[in-house]
Amino acid sequence: MLLSIRSLTKVFPGTRALDDVDLDIAAGEVHALLGENGAGKSTLIKCLTGAYRRDAGTITLEGAAIDPRSTREAQELGIGTVYQEVNLLPNLTVAQNLMFGREPRRFGMIDPRATRVQARETLARYGLTIDVDRDLGSFSVAIQQIVAIARAVEISGKVLILDEPTASLDAAEVAMVFDVVRSLRDRGMGIVFVSHFLDQVFDLTDRVTILRNGRKIVTTPTKGLSRMTLVEHMLGRALDEATHAPAGAAASAPEPVLYFDGTGRAGAIAPFDLSIGAGEVVGLAGLLGSGRTETAELLFGVRPLQTGSARDTQGPLDLRSPRAAIRAGFGFAPEDRKTDGIVADLTIRENIILGLQARRGWARPMPRAQQNRLADDYIRRLDIRTSGREQPIGQLSGGNQQKAVLARWLAMNPRFLILDEPTRGIDVGAHAEILRLIAELTRQGMAVLIISSEIDEMVAVADRVIVLRDRAHVAELTGDQVSGDAIMRAIAEGDLPGGVAA
Amino acid sequence: MNTRALPLYATIVIFLLACALAWTQFPNILSTRVFGNLLTDNAYLGIVAVGMTLVILSGGIDLSVGAVIAFSGVFIAVMLRDTGLHPLPVFALLLLLTGAFGAGMGFLIDRLAMPAFIVTLAGMFLARGAAYMLSIPSVPITHPFYQTLQGAYVLMPGKGRLTLIGVLMVAVVGLGMALAHRTRFGTSVYALGGGEQTARLMGVNQGRTTVLVYAFSGLMAGLSGIVFSVYTGSGYALAAVGTELTAIAAVVIGGTLLSGGAGYVFGTLVGVMTMGLIQTYLVFDGSLSSWWTKIVIGLLLLAFILLQKGLLRLSRGRLAGGGA
Repeated sequence: MLLSIRSLTKVFPGTRALDDVDLDIAAGEVHALLGENGAGKSTLIKCLTGAYRRDAGTITLEGAAIDPRSTREAQELGIGTVYQEVNLLPNLTVAQNLMFGREPRRFGMIDPRATRVQARETLARYGLTIDVDRDLGSFSVAIQQIVAIARAVEISGKVLILDEPTASLDAAEVAMVFDVVRSLRDRGMGIVFVSHFLDQVFDLTDRVTILRNGRKIVTTPTKGLSRMTLVEHMLGRALDEATHAPAGAAASAPEPVLYFDGTGRAGAIAPFDLSIGAGEVVGLAGLLGSGRTETAELLFGVRPLQTGSARDTQGPLDLRSPRAAIRAGFGFAPEDRKTDGIVADLTIRENIILGLQARRGWARPMPRAQQNRLADDYIRRLDIRTSGREQPIGQLSGGNQQKAVLARWLAMNPRFLILDEPTRGIDVGAHAEILRLIAELTRQGMAVLIISSEIDEMVAVADRVIVLRDRAHVAELTGDQVSGDAIMRAIAEGDLPGGVAA
Repeated sequence: MNTRALPLYATIVIFLLACALAWTQFPNILSTRVFGNLLTDNAYLGIVAVGMTLVILSGGIDLSVGAVIAFSGVFIAVMLRDTGLHPLPVFALLLLLTGAFGAGMGFLIDRLAMPAFIVTLAGMFLARGAAYMLSIPSVPITHPFYQTLQGAYVLMPGKGRLTLIGVLMVAVVGLGMALAHRTRFGTSVYALGGGEQTARLMGVNQGRTTVLVYAFSGLMAGLSGIVFSVYTGSGYALAAVGTELTAIAAVVIGGTLLSGGAGYVFGTLVGVMTMGLIQTYLVFDGSLSSWWTKIVIGLLLLAFILLQKGLLRLSRGRLAGGGA
């Protein structure tokens, strides 16, 4: 084995990010590393590249035990990494980027001609003939990515880690990068490939290792592996323990009040149609990176629409910015509460009235008595556990922060609320309360779009589930079709018999 | 074509246009006399602007240089008056001092992760204060060696004088170009300006580069102070107020991106010359107030900032198109 990892363990306060993980990378193979959020992929990679120090376990490279303390040391040992965001400098030329730190010199000065020649020769080996004197930033991301790969291989040359290298590439560009990766494999390098795109995993890789909750679930050859098994392993849910769908009251779909026709954005999500009725809960299911959050951001104006339009029963809606979306009566509780949802240093009261105050305009501050009444009201109704409305929100637990974010939107009384992973990182009790709250809201006629990685949760709350895969809406499940099995199957296969392709 | 070089070409074109414009009105302006004076009068500014160019390329700023020039003048004048040392060892001592001063600021900026703006602002007050401590009134420099320095020039055809300090400035620009474009230190400076995080991942020694770049700027400010004292023949604590801002203006007009990572040292020379030319034009005209210099420089600065924003958007747009 080129690279062997044995019982690798990494502990963070409160969690075991990696628990006794074994992994072998052979020379001349592309090895996929898969897992959902929090599975331990990035921790594993950071242990390999020296960004983290492991707590236990061994790593051997070509038979010798290694313990990289920094990215640089890992590079010198032979482990190079290419990230999703190109980690080269767009303001330097291609040649400068490629040769940085290894420039040929004459009389102590960099020899630009020799640098250029060497850069050209290096890139030629990757099938790239470009003007190496141009700024790297003026080339497409695919070419930048290949230059990054070339640099990593030239410096390190044994193991190459590709951390979602294709996330911002189109199909032709992906093919271009894959050709390079294949030729490196044929040269005998060991390549670790991390991606959320299952098609790419099947297309490129020889073996697959799946992590879940910091543990290794399985390592298996890609050939002969079914999508179903793969998804089962990733989500940690065997198919037949079907939880029956309590599809509830809305068995017959309500009349739609909002329509999104052909909305999409290149590189984010393929155009899709969606309509949603008053009091309806629509779920978006799919693996991480399948386009769920992108869909939500598109609907809320965080990313402008490139194609399609939105309308309600009155006429077209303007969704050019979150402000416009809020004016249209939309609300959005984003996935990353800490950075996008709350203002940590402000009090609970201030966080709750934030949206309402913004709508009033800053020239007309809301009377303090009204603020207090509103805050106290929501603290009681949503059962936010706090020492009082003046406590900084950053001190609350995750579940209570989430409730405060919900309170902010409820205070504004939106007609359409988008919830991106509303129950992530929340303890079981608060989890149930939030689900109960969602049910209550829809009874009052609010339309809700919910994104969740937890299939059981999806089955419990959603009247209708849209399944996403590889940045496109691939299936829609309604009424009795909403079941854990069906969702899983749709995530894996897409075209479900009976499912309506969107 | 590389969009990065566009601001440099724009600077050169503007300079040539300005020359042509001046020439149509005052044919005498294109003479070796004017050219020689342009170099001499702007020598101190050119030298300090070279240091500033590297600092700005690295993504920083150095507000202390004007005060350091004043301190240098007073330091030299007082040392020559009170110690009887020859100017040469005094120069060496001064350069050591200002270089170390810059290095100290660079160290603080790097270690404390403080904004360069604040640290060099403190440095500015410190240096200006130190100059006052040495002498409040202006101190004349009467050493005979200074007369030699002031009288050192080569007569160009057309009776223009190519002075020692003018030549020194051109040499410093050459040195700056070699440093920025032909050394690993220079590439590291560009890399830092392009993105610190990425630069570190690529193996740039951030601490060393930051310290060196501010040390270089301090050294250039000291050298500029020497040149300024030769030019004025005295040391005065109130001299060169606002020179740091003029230097920044020259760097930006020279086509360097104020946020760092892109630009050329040669452009800075053109920027300094453009500013000098405007001044010369006003002198030739005679009827216009000298404040017009400031107004034109202000307009030029604005034009360059807009040009750079436009170029940035252009390259981003093309990238988005390519990536889509």
